[in-house]
Amino acid sequence: MKKVANKTKIENYSMNFGPQHPAAHGVLRLVLELDGEIVERADPHIGLLHRGTEKLIENKTYLQAIPYFDRLDYVSPMCQEHAYALAVEKLMQIEVPIRGQYIRVLFSEITRILNHILNITTFALDVGAMTPFLWLFEEREVLMEFYERVSGSRLHAAYFRPGGVHRDLPDGLLEDIKDFSKRFPDRINDVEKLLESNRIFRQRTVDIGIIKAKDALERGFSGPCLRASGVAWDLRRTQPYDVYDKFDFKIPTGSVGDCYERFLIRVEEMRQSLLIINQCIEMMPKGQCISDDPKITPPRRSEMKVSMEALINHFKLFTEGYHVPSGETYTSVEAPKGEFGVYIISDGTNKPYRCKIRAPGFPLLQATEFLSKGHMLADLVAIIGSLDIVFGEIDR
Amino acid sequence: MTDKDSKLVDAIDLVKNSIQIFDCKVLVSNNELSVESSKSDFIRIILFLKDHPNTSFDVLVDICAVDYPDRKNRFEIVYQLLSISLNLRMKLKLQVKEDEPVESLSNIYPCANWYEREIWDLFGISFENHPDLRRILTDYDFEGFPLRKDFPLTGFVQVKYDDETQQVVNEPVKLDQEYRDFDNLSPWEGMTKILPGDEKSGQ
Repeated sequence: MKKVANKTKIENYSMNFGPQHPAAHGVLRLVLELDGEIVERADPHIGLLHRGTEKLIENKTYLQAIPYFDRLDYVSPMCQEHAYALAVEKLMQIEVPIRGQYIRVLFSEITRILNHILNITTFALDVGAMTPFLWLFEEREVLMEFYERVSGSRLHAAYFRPGGVHRDLPDGLLEDIKDFSKRFPDRINDVEKLLESNRIFRQRTVDIGIIKAKDALERGFSGPCLRASGVAWDLRRTQPYDVYDKFDFKIPTGSVGDCYERFLIRVEEMRQSLLIINQCIEMMPKGQCISDDPKITPPRRSEMKVSMEALINHFKLFTEGYHVPSGETYTSVEAPKGEFGVYIISDGTNKPYRCKIRAPGFPLLQATEFLSKGHMLADLVAIIGSLDIVFGEIDR
Repeated sequence: MTDKDSKLVDAIDLVKNSIQIFDCKVLVSNNELSVESSKSDFIRIILFLKDHPNTSFDVLVDICAVDYPDRKNRFEIVYQLLSISLNLRMKLKLQVKEDEPVESLSNIYPCANWYEREIWDLFGISFENHPDLRRILTDYDFEGFPLRKDFPLTGFVQVKYDDETQQVVNEPVKLDQEYRDFDNLSPWEGMTKILPGDEKSGQ
């Protein structure tokens, strides 16, 4: 009997996590190798939401490509349109009217809050707190209403266009955003108070999934996850685009780089976004919101009713589209999840020759194994939640 | 020129001068620095850019492959690098032939692992000394390399649930309507010397 017990070899066992699991944030399939409850190896299998966006964009005109960017990271659509619009503007050397730039910044920050609400609350839900989800999603709906009023749709806005934004703001929108920004800090405080010193929340997140600054850089981290490790790197400050250099805001950084700090950074970033939104509303200039170059901007409806040339112009813009001079550019913005970049190669025709999308979530998810090695299985869920994974952008 | 621009130009010059010792071609357009590397010096350039205190490109932001079917070196691989200390981005380009493997960077930049898997998956460029070169984005038993220019947009197979065998099966793609690729190019914009129909005049 004793002999048998000695010979029994305990092997690690493999477990399949997802793709249908509420904590997998979409369609993540993880193949785990566990030693008891300790994660030894985590191999993410991605691509279940692969739609071939890059291939499709190669076959569409520059204007038709915009809606694909909404569908990448579907909780922060406008920031991705922003990167694309900036890239095309750079290639075509278009000047964007100053009001257009302010509107873009305003909506980029609304998008950041939209994204962080989703991440913070679902992260809290993953580790056991359900209330923040119920509190903040009500506010999230208000933000999506702003989206709808300005673009006509709650999610897939297609609002930022090369040259500016599609339409000017409707009457009364700025006042409503102002009301929101007065009310929202209380909501943030409520949620922060609920979670920050909560014993369960801290037990689940403090010192879980630590990554040091050097590792984070080598692993291609960006955005809140990099800042949580103590690197004050924010493209809005270091490589400002549009009018971001005119605003006064702080960049929160952490020191440890664990799940808890990644959460705190996002909470603080929402407050900073509100600051930018307020400044934006105060400084909002009058004028045009999209460049008046007829080569890229369609004529007004009223003009089309009376002018044959305007009608032809409209028809050509929406069938043939504009020609972008040959060249290439890598342009990136600080999306809520990190650096979102677009690398466009143009060959002088009306369609991009190649459009590579750099999704911030891709390197973050890649680091799952690095972050979760040696942790418990339950910690893995906290780690995935804190990284802010959305499969639309990772699988493209 | 603003202060910010002059800093950028200084940084570009600094990198330009420091990598002159290698076999490479430096190009600057749109205030973006790009370097075309030769195959023999590629790893040395990467290590230099990453480790030299003057340049210290510590982040590999992205790797992108581009297919040029007409060129002798069919593929171009573009490495997007970022230096936090210089606040500078650069592109490092490498041209490769079809079927020619590229040295993997996964032991220099760990994040290169998935980027290279993605390129293997979508372009079929293989990487030497890569720890785990599997497909990543496409389906488990997918065939072909979809981002190559000779791969049709509609693909070759479609999936459906087969009632008889009670499983999901692949079958050749069948479109109810042909894929319509309209040629909207206006004769005014893309004017060439030879217009359609000109070839008849010589007959």
